[in-house]
Amino acid sequence: MNAVLSWPVERPKAFLLVAAAVWIALYALLVPASEAIVAVLPVDRDSHLGSALQFFLYDTPKVLLLLTGVVFVMGLVNSYFTPERTRAMLSGRTGGLGNVLAASLGVVTPFCSCSAVPLFIGFVQAGIPLGVTFSFLIAAPMVNEVALALLLGLFGWKIALLYLLLGLAVAIVSGWVIGWLRMEAHLEDWVRDLARAQAGVPAESTTLAQRVQAAFGAVRDIVGRVWPYVIAGIAIGAAIHGYVPEDFMAGLMGREAWWSVPAAVLIGVPMYANAAGIIPIVEALLAKGAALGTVLAFMMSVIALSLPEMVILRKVLKPRLIAVFAGVVATGILIVGYVFNAVL
Amino acid sequence: MKDIKVLGTGCANCRATVQRIEEAARAKGVEIQLTKVEDMPSIVGYGVMATPGVVVDGKVVHAGGVPRKEVIETWLA
Repeated sequence: MNAVLSWPVERPKAFLLVAAAVWIALYALLVPASEAIVAVLPVDRDSHLGSALQFFLYDTPKVLLLLTGVVFVMGLVNSYFTPERTRAMLSGRTGGLGNVLAASLGVVTPFCSCSAVPLFIGFVQAGIPLGVTFSFLIAAPMVNEVALALLLGLFGWKIALLYLLLGLAVAIVSGWVIGWLRMEAHLEDWVRDLARAQAGVPAESTTLAQRVQAAFGAVRDIVGRVWPYVIAGIAIGAAIHGYVPEDFMAGLMGREAWWSVPAAVLIGVPMYANAAGIIPIVEALLAKGAALGTVLAFMMSVIALSLPEMVILRKVLKPRLIAVFAGVVATGILIVGYVFNAVL
Repeated sequence: MKDIKVLGTGCANCRATVQRIEEAARAKGVEIQLTKVEDMPSIVGYGVMATPGVVVDGKVVHAGGVPRKEVIETWLA
């Protein structure tokens, strides 16, 4: 490794400070830079095309910059919360407070939906109550750094914060309800028969340098995968501006259409997409007059519930528990949608 | 000969892990027997909570995410 590439690892603290300063400087440069570029181009700044171009040239780097920053910070945070440590923090917790803690840990613990089953079993084996386990399992995919960074970049911090709080609320309450229903008998038999085990995996990254490396890995992996969707989303937002009437979706998905929230959830549940894939659709719907609560309910149901996930969970849950899980979470999302539409 | 098992249900990260271990072993000229463990009861039997997991000579050395090349090389040493 040459000197340029290795100094973040050799002097991680200095690197983090410099990186933060560079990031803030770049962010502050976004508006003047996009204005300067449009000024050079042979289009009228006040024309329709001019404002669309400025919007695109400002929004694309802004969202990518936010995404990189948030994913990097979450990569650092994630390295402090291994599944083993989270499990240790949750074991012995019961309803209420346990659900709150589990949902919060779901946000900061690294999670991949392909690991949902081993994680689920690891929790159950450690004696963590089913409802607490579900709070974790609902929050982890729904409130993720990509969704938050994109909402922050495209719609502002208020909507991002609301999504975070409401996502946590759905996870906490749904997990609490599942725990209250005492569904333990509806685990697959082989899961219930598993011996209690606390087999540990040796902790890997411990130094700050290794955490920085892990955060770089997260940026490479996530931003590398997600950026085409981001650009597509912003391009759609810019392109449909003016070509489709502003209130095109208002009759269909506006606040007055009471049935639009359940319809959005019903369409969203079987769909499977990551947070980035759904953003172009969200951008298009919101720009055209769909109500925010309806759109957020749609986004939550696409990310939190999906057919492939149910198929994976079927290995450990009997059909009735899967149905209860899907029903409780969908109801929670439905309430979020209505509350949002009523309040805003 | 090292006996290496990759635990995972066939997600992209699991395939990448298998490939990376194969490459590292070939580069170092270490003979390994690489097996994929895909059925869930066996995977959780090793006590891992995140896939892909890696087991070297019966001992779990890694869980969650594709291991870095430098880390793989320490297993082959």
